[in-house]
Amino acid sequence: MKKTVLRKPKGFNDVYRHKPGAEKDRTHYCPGCGHGILHKLIAEAMEDLDIVDETILISPVGCSVFAYYYFNTGNFQAAHGRAPAIATATSRANPDKVVISYQGDGDLAAIGGNNILQAANRGENIAVFFVNNAIYGMTGGQMAPTTLPGQVTTTTPYGRNVDTDGYPMKVCEVLSQLTAPTYIERVSLHDAPHIRKARTAVRKALKNAKERKGFQLVEVLSSCPSGWKMDPVKSMEWVKEKMVPLYPLGVYKDLGEDARITVRPVPVMDPAAVWEKLGISAEKDVDFPRGDVPDEYRKMSIRVAGFGGQGIMVTGQALASVALEYGYNVSWLPSYGPEMRGGTANCSVNIQDGIIGAAEAVKPSMLLAMNRPSLEKFEEFVVPGGTLIYNSTLIDTEPTRTDIKVFALPITGMADELGNIRVQSLVNIGAYAAITGMFRVEDVITLLPKLFKGKKQAIIDLNARAVKAGFNYVKENF
Amino acid sequence: MARMLMKGNYAAVYGAAMAGCTAYYGYPITPASEVAESAAALFPKLGRIFVQAESEVSAINMVYGAAGSGQRVMTGSSGPGISLKMEGISYCAGAALPCVIIDIMRGGPGLGNIGPEQGDYNQVVKGGGHGNYRCIVLAPASCQEMCDYTMLAFELADKHRIPVFVLTDGVIGQMMESVVIPEPVKELPDKSDYAVFGTPLNKNLVNSIYIDHDELEQWNMELFKKYQVIEENEVRCEEYMMDDAEIALIGYGSVSRVLRSVVDEARRKGLKIGLFRPITLFPFPEKEIAALPERGIKNVLTVELSTGQLVDDVNLALAGEIKSDLYFRLGGNVPSADEISDKISELYGEVK
Repeated sequence: MKKTVLRKPKGFNDVYRHKPGAEKDRTHYCPGCGHGILHKLIAEAMEDLDIVDETILISPVGCSVFAYYYFNTGNFQAAHGRAPAIATATSRANPDKVVISYQGDGDLAAIGGNNILQAANRGENIAVFFVNNAIYGMTGGQMAPTTLPGQVTTTTPYGRNVDTDGYPMKVCEVLSQLTAPTYIERVSLHDAPHIRKARTAVRKALKNAKERKGFQLVEVLSSCPSGWKMDPVKSMEWVKEKMVPLYPLGVYKDLGEDARITVRPVPVMDPAAVWEKLGISAEKDVDFPRGDVPDEYRKMSIRVAGFGGQGIMVTGQALASVALEYGYNVSWLPSYGPEMRGGTANCSVNIQDGIIGAAEAVKPSMLLAMNRPSLEKFEEFVVPGGTLIYNSTLIDTEPTRTDIKVFALPITGMADELGNIRVQSLVNIGAYAAITGMFRVEDVITLLPKLFKGKKQAIIDLNARAVKAGFNYVKENF
Repeated sequence: MARMLMKGNYAAVYGAAMAGCTAYYGYPITPASEVAESAAALFPKLGRIFVQAESEVSAINMVYGAAGSGQRVMTGSSGPGISLKMEGISYCAGAALPCVIIDIMRGGPGLGNIGPEQGDYNQVVKGGGHGNYRCIVLAPASCQEMCDYTMLAFELADKHRIPVFVLTDGVIGQMMESVVIPEPVKELPDKSDYAVFGTPLNKNLVNSIYIDHDELEQWNMELFKKYQVIEENEVRCEEYMMDDAEIALIGYGSVSRVLRSVVDEARRKGLKIGLFRPITLFPFPEKEIAALPERGIKNVLTVELSTGQLVDDVNLALAGEIKSDLYFRLGGNVPSADEISDKISELYGEVK
């Protein structure tokens, strides 16, 4: 004779060791609550699919906040509504595991509405079990997004008024519109035949999860006798008579055989390969030998200013990049802000030995002014004895300072002659090299492939000509 | 070459990569967006995870999930985003999960602007979210430190099982400097005692709920003791020209760089002014500041890009022993060295 042994499925812990108090063999759920039934369906399915030891379960906030008491899995307890975010990261960290996000209606459809929507849309490899009991149980019976029209709760004491409280949220209907989800079904627990259908749905979701078939969601219509203030039997009838008509049961989405198996790679650390993969060479940096730099140019605080689009930032970055190769400490700081609308952009560059203090060149030792507003704005701040380079192609006024060295260079004009206005930046670098003696032209040209990484040889050659043009102009005219 | 010119925001991600961080979850916000962008560029090359989350809230909860899964994980944001992350950071602290959060501060309150401010000090240094918790807070002042302290942040996070902030402002995030990339960390600490792996022998629970009052009190006491250990052992600060100084300038992050320039200028004039720079903001260098009067410091001037958030901690440490003053700028304005020098003359006359 066949003998049926009734026992707890292996998906459950034998003893609920995390549960406080003496009763470590029973759940905290109220009589007639759907959570207990759904827990059992999940625990049995985990055992039958042999995934108990490869499952991680995320408990939500709500009555199932303590789901981790019961499931013999790895467990997370989540912030309210955030189980899908935590499940996402857990699944990405462990792409070979089954990750379950267990959520109630307030958690999933109210505070965590965007989290579930986005996790579904990313097609995360997770199985979501969503308990819809039309009420906030844990906090004492407040309105849920799934509360029925007219339903009395502690925050809808006169019944849910759709004009002020909106309509019940239909999660399966909404999520099934997305491309990524694999399987979405709504089931109910109000009688034995429906529990059997729910059992099938739970198994399907977990089987899909085991096979890494993306996002699975089973919405479970469930009773809450305490929250509804009904006895368990009446509660089951209420699910059948009130909830099922509003929340039609059935499969909302099932990609079936078309479901794509999403294999996400296991994240790797691989320290030995990190530098190589990032293109960092282990070879020691060798500085260019420094030329004879006059004292006044050994500690540079430079303001580069002009129109947006004049290569202001590139000029500054190139100055810093080249100086770095001579072993100087360098800093580059962009300054945009409201000035952008006025048509000027500027940046600060510091080049010196020793630690660089303030990054902004408030009182620069050199001003490189590419347009008239920049000259007018910054000329007065150049330190006495400092250097002004200005773009005489565009600036038709004379500088007013007499206590600084002035270099009027037709920068835009030179770039134009070279055939591309965008090479102004490297004309600037050439001029800077000639004035300060800090860079050698051939060193700068050696660095061009690095400065213009990924650019065509023709562009690099053009910029090399620009460096020479800037350099020669200064040497020939000053 | 291991020496590269890069923005502070990039340097933090290089530091994370070298520290063995295998996951980045973030959301774009100026002036921190390059943190997410550089992680998006670097992490896939390394076979590591980058996900642009749907929100700041989601990003920090993903961090919770990754940290609970035993990964070294990072997120980054700026003031408004950090405010949103506070709930999740509280959960990380409550579950004792190590993680690293980069905060590139901008102007506030509200939407404020994208200029540099230091108005996140209180929310980051004092806990910020609900409950009795603290995070270790490191305050880099250069791009190299953005890299180095982000690496250090991961070490401290694992050592104490605690969220660690790398707190700086838009200046350090947006500026470029030369950065020497450190050697990658070879091995990570074993986390099998708490992390969830989903294996037959690992049935761990990551959790911050203790429904029993006594249990929660006990857990909070454990956290409290942990913070005391951190206060004893992890204080970091830097001094510049302090040995014979009579006036100490105190500031962190980009402000400390301006203060260094102020000190240089003052020393050229023969003025005995030094710089005291907290590197850890929690734990705060309380003993070191309390010791300043007996070292001959007569006045302390705290300079910050907030209306006296840092100076509160300075004053608690000084306990009224000597005169403590405050100078601040707001809205994205950074004081110039001259401006601060003028303030020093105004406050203390012609100091020698």
